[in-house]
Amino acid sequence: MLRQIGAGSSEELLAPIPPELRLGRPLELPGPLSEPELLETLGELAARNLAVAGKDCFLGAGAYRHHVPAVVDHLLQRGEFFTAYTPYQPEISQGTLQAIFEFQTLVCQLTGMDVANASMYEGGTAFVEGILLAVRQHRGRRRRVVVAGEVHPWYRDVLETYAANLDLSIVDVPADPATGRVDPGTVGEAVDGETAVVAWQSPNFVGVVERADALAAAARGAGAFALQAIAEPWALGWLEAPGRLGVDIVVGELQALGAAVSFGGPYVGMLATRKGMVRAMPGRLAGMTEDVEGRRGFVLTLATREQHIRRERATSNICTNSALMALAVTIHLALLGPSGITEGARLSRAHAHEALRRLTALPGVRRAHSGPFFNEFVLEFPRPAAEIASALAERGILGPVPLSRFRPEDERRGLLAFTELNGPAAIERLVAGLGDVL
Amino acid sequence: MPRQEECLYTKEHEWVFRDGDEIVVGITDFAQGELGDIVYVDMGEAGRQVNSGDPIGDIESVKAVAQVYAPVAGEVTAVNEALADSPEMVNQDPFGEGWLVRMKPADPADLDALMDHEAYRKFLEEEGH
Repeated sequence: MLRQIGAGSSEELLAPIPPELRLGRPLELPGPLSEPELLETLGELAARNLAVAGKDCFLGAGAYRHHVPAVVDHLLQRGEFFTAYTPYQPEISQGTLQAIFEFQTLVCQLTGMDVANASMYEGGTAFVEGILLAVRQHRGRRRRVVVAGEVHPWYRDVLETYAANLDLSIVDVPADPATGRVDPGTVGEAVDGETAVVAWQSPNFVGVVERADALAAAARGAGAFALQAIAEPWALGWLEAPGRLGVDIVVGELQALGAAVSFGGPYVGMLATRKGMVRAMPGRLAGMTEDVEGRRGFVLTLATREQHIRRERATSNICTNSALMALAVTIHLALLGPSGITEGARLSRAHAHEALRRLTALPGVRRAHSGPFFNEFVLEFPRPAAEIASALAERGILGPVPLSRFRPEDERRGLLAFTELNGPAAIERLVAGLGDVL
Repeated sequence: MPRQEECLYTKEHEWVFRDGDEIVVGITDFAQGELGDIVYVDMGEAGRQVNSGDPIGDIESVKAVAQVYAPVAGEVTAVNEALADSPEMVNQDPFGEGWLVRMKPADPADLDALMDHEAYRKFLEEEGH
C-alpha cells in the first residue's frame, strides 16, 4: 500500500505532525493476549454484569424485556444486512432500502400516521426531534413547549439539554398525583397562542394511559401541534393508534419490539407524522419510485433536508438512523402481524393486571396511582424500593426499578413492568420473593 | 411575460420586472440551471413586509435547497400558487410561468441599485459562468 501511494514508510505519512507534539515512545498498554487468555479475560469482565437471561425480569422505565424470535437474529446476522452501510448508492442497496421502506410503512400502520422516517437513535432524542419538528412548522412564530404529565425523566432531560441553546420556553403541566394522569383541562389552560406543541407520553413514565384524544384536542384548539411519545410500543397492540386520535406527531422507543434490553443500547427510535410535515422531518427517508425502465425501486429521498444542504438550513444534526435495530423490528413485526402484536399486548396487559392483584394483597403494598395502565405500574412498599430490588436480585428476580433513581424523595416507590414472558409461574415467584423480603 | 432585457437583476440571480407600482420577482435561467430539477417551492404567504436582502422563500431541487432574497424592501403582495403543483415551471419558464412573487417596493428608487441586463451578463462572465 505504501508503494501504491508513493510513500517510503508509514513514518513518512506522519511527517506533517510537529515533533514537539509527538509522544516519542510506545503507548503503555498491556501486551497482546493469546485467544484462550483473551476469552478468559473478557469472560471475567462480562461475569461482573448481571444478565437478564435466566432471570425473572420485571424491569421497565423505558426498556422492556419481550421475546424476540431467534429467526430475527438469524436474518439480521446475514452478511448482506449486517455489513451493509448507508444506502447512498441505490443501485447497489435495494435490499437495505426496501427494508427501510417496509420499516417506515410498519411504523405508520402501528401509529396511524402518514409518514415515518428511517428511524431515530432512541426514544429520548426522538422525543426532542419531534418537538423541534413542531416548532419548525410554526416558522419561528411560536416558541413555547408544553410538556404534559409524566414523561420519562431522561426524555425530559434530553429536551432540557437541547432547549438550553435554543430560544424555547418549556412549561411542565404536572400529573394528578393520585391518578398518575395529567388532566386535559389543566393542559388546555396552559396552552396559548405562543404554544408550538403539547407533548405527552402514553403509556406514561408511571405506566398510566393518558387521554390522548382530549390532549390532542386541547393542543389543536389553540393551534398547537399534538405530540405523543411511546416508550413501550407493544401498547400499540392494545391501545388505539394515536393517528386516529388527532395526534400530529408520534415519537418513541422501539427497543421492546426487536432489541435486547442490553444495558441501554443499541436501541431504535421512531418518528412519524402527517404528510404535510414531511419536509420538516429530521433523519433519513426511504421512498419508492421507478427506474428509467419503469421497474419499481427504492431510494433515499428528500435528502436535501439533512444532507446536501447548508448546516444552518438542515432540519437536524441527526442525519442517520439505527438501521440494524430498525431491521430487527421490521422482521419481528412482519412475523407478528396484527394478530401477533395484539396477542402479545393482551398477554403483557393480562400478566400486569393479575400481578397487581396478587402483589397488592401483600401487607403494606399498594399501587401509587389509580389511573388505567397497560403493562406497567408504580407500587409503594413499606421499605425503600432500592433495598427490595437488591434483595430480589439475589433471588434471581430483577425489579422493581426504584423511583429514587429519578426522584430521591420517592424512596419507597418502584416501577414494575410485565410482558408476555412474565406468566403465572414468574408472577408466583415475584409474589413469593417479595413476601420474603418485605 | 417580461423579456430578459427589460429586467433588473440581483447578485443572487433574481430578476425583477417593473409592472406599474409593483414588481415581479423570479430567478434567472442561470440559477434554475444550477439548481437542477426543482421539486418544491416555498415562498411563504402574501401580505407580509420584508427588508431588502431578507430571505423570502426556498427553492428545493433534488440536490440542494436555495434561498430567495427580497431584492428591495416592501410588501409581498402575491405568491405564485401554481408552483405548489408545478414547481418544474421554474426550470421550464423562469421568466414567465415560473415567477415567484409580486412585491410593492417601499421606495421605487431602491430599484436603481440593481443591475440591468447587460451588467448582469457581465457579472455572470466575471463569475466564470
